[in-house]
Amino acid sequence: MSIAINQSKCVGCKRCVEACPGNLIKIQDGKAVIRREKDCWGCTSCLKECRVSAISYFLGADMGGRGSVLSVQEKGNERIWTVESPDGNRKSIVINTKESNKY
Amino acid sequence: MDNGLQVKTLQTDVLIIGGGTAGCYAAYVLGQNQNHQVMIAEKANIKRSGCLAAGVNAINAYITQGRVPMDYVNYAKQDAKGIVREDLLLSMAEGLNEVTKVLEDNGLVILKDDQGNYVTRGNRNIKINGENIKPILAEMAAQQGNVTVLNHVNITDYIVENNQILGAVGFSVDEREAYVIRAKAVLVATGGAAGLYRPNNPGFSRHKMWYPPFNTGAGYAMGIRSGAEMTTFEMRFIALRCKDTIAPTGTIAQGVQAKQMNGAGEIYEKKYGIATCERVYGTTKEKQEGRGPCYLKTDEITREQEEDLYKAYLNMAPAQTLRWLENGSGPATENVEIEGTEPYIVGGHTASGYWIDNHRATTIKGLYAAGDVAGGAPQKYVTGALVEGKIAGESIQHFLQTQERELCSQGSGQEDLEQIFTEQARQYIDEYEKFFHNSTSFITIEQAEETMQGIMDTYAGGIGSNYQFNETELKLAKEKLKNLIPVVEGLQAGDMDELLQIYEIRERLTVCFSVIEHLMARKETRWHSFAENMDYPKESEDFKKYVNSCYKNGEIQILLRELVDADHSLEFSFDGDNKLKIGGVAQ
Repeated sequence: MSIAINQSKCVGCKRCVEACPGNLIKIQDGKAVIRREKDCWGCTSCLKECRVSAISYFLGADMGGRGSVLSVQEKGNERIWTVESPDGNRKSIVINTKESNKY
Repeated sequence: MDNGLQVKTLQTDVLIIGGGTAGCYAAYVLGQNQNHQVMIAEKANIKRSGCLAAGVNAINAYITQGRVPMDYVNYAKQDAKGIVREDLLLSMAEGLNEVTKVLEDNGLVILKDDQGNYVTRGNRNIKINGENIKPILAEMAAQQGNVTVLNHVNITDYIVENNQILGAVGFSVDEREAYVIRAKAVLVATGGAAGLYRPNNPGFSRHKMWYPPFNTGAGYAMGIRSGAEMTTFEMRFIALRCKDTIAPTGTIAQGVQAKQMNGAGEIYEKKYGIATCERVYGTTKEKQEGRGPCYLKTDEITREQEEDLYKAYLNMAPAQTLRWLENGSGPATENVEIEGTEPYIVGGHTASGYWIDNHRATTIKGLYAAGDVAGGAPQKYVTGALVEGKIAGESIQHFLQTQERELCSQGSGQEDLEQIFTEQARQYIDEYEKFFHNSTSFITIEQAEETMQGIMDTYAGGIGSNYQFNETELKLAKEKLKNLIPVVEGLQAGDMDELLQIYEIRERLTVCFSVIEHLMARKETRWHSFAENMDYPKESEDFKKYVNSCYKNGEIQILLRELVDADHSLEFSFDGDNKLKIGGVAQ
């Protein structure tokens, strides 16, 4: 499991660099890159910090990953999580950040 | 890298090392009256650092209606088979509800019923949306006028002279800078230690673990090296988790009442007992005896429950939701396979950490400990860590006020201390620089880390050994780890990031040695899996004691201490020569 940073979307704002609890993201040629994919904890802090949705999250094959990516967008009190599979299928789950977990 | 590091020298009244759960809350408490300057030194950025980065599923330590703090003490004591500090647990339990209210007032969403009461999940838990709990806490700390936050500064060593703390030394994780920080009091709140043992997924997903892989035991290591007394490192914590993603199982087990089931379809969870260690042991044993794989039986839940689980996991462990969706079958269709994690050393769940008094003072004068790094009080969870931050913050204020009075009446010997401080600081910075000057070798940082984890896994009761060990194996582990020291000391750092990685291995190695000595010292098996000593497979009356240790003259010395109950809370003080007294008695 790790993250993928879309270099064409990244604007080099460093928000992810600042937020990563493992200091794993750096700026290279004006864009964010992950230093070591294997060292990502999978906390998704960087996804939530990114204002241009340049970062997505994926599972390695050793965890059952099959090429889908998870991304997140924030709109007001809503956090929209989207899973996109390699064939382009998408499923979104909307979470109201003002609502508690049921469990 | 020919030039040395640029040295930044700073001064504060209170240095908080680690801006996680306990550290942020201590800073918030010290901000409520602005008497003292506070500095938080944080390896990453306090906004998302520590255990709460992804969020948390529930408040798991709360005194629900009809219950009293002593109930919580008794629960934790039972779960740890008696080896807890009742005094610490009680002072913690008494503060749980207050800190919860403060968090709610600062924006944490807590589920309430029609009457406005919190909705409970079991006897000690309440339901929340914990996704943003860390940004809330970070904001609470940072907005205090007397609090400065140093993000991306990794503290590695205390400066201690004659058993009194004078400050700490660290380095920037990206700029070529060393930090020397003078402080009148220090709170260590660095969390526990992950990455000592080979992880569940040693390959690409090696860091998909229960505990933050970035919590590498720095606080334990600093304390050990400075001679602080430590306790109960042999009570390792092993979490029972969803297989592969290492996501929490409690949400499923408690949320939809899913039972533990083996490969033959038998519900096995009550066969082994229901203590935390026994749930792990049962799962390990079923598999070891050929009845794997083990599951949480979820295939009877409704589609609606499944959707709610998707959301709950997105708020704390998104990998699990992704896994379900990506595989096209959720928990309503397919039972969730479970496994035990690699062992961690973490004082928030088990009782490993600094030996402290009820004010959260350590055995080093002026050094306090709170949260996962503090020992004796398991089952802290988030709210317990907050309470410890609060108690430590208040104790530090009291300590500083007393110190100020004492200094007015003494006022001598400061020049000597100043020189000692500068000399010690320089020595630690020289050590940093040594790694830049080491010559290139075929041995990489990664190799050194994997070797350490492999040794611990094979000879000190890791996953690969079904968490079991014997004395011969532990001795071998010690021997092999000793051989690894020169390898680690010879690693080359190309930049600050590599220096950080090397220090993380050094810290974990220091912790590993203490874990081994503690495992060896407890000649019984009180906790299955957590400390499964095959030479002594039964519980022993002789070990209704704490196993403590102190590092002195290059050796880890073990001492056994009598159990402490709630009516006899420990109080540390220091004589004129800074020697520790416990309850007024010299040690």
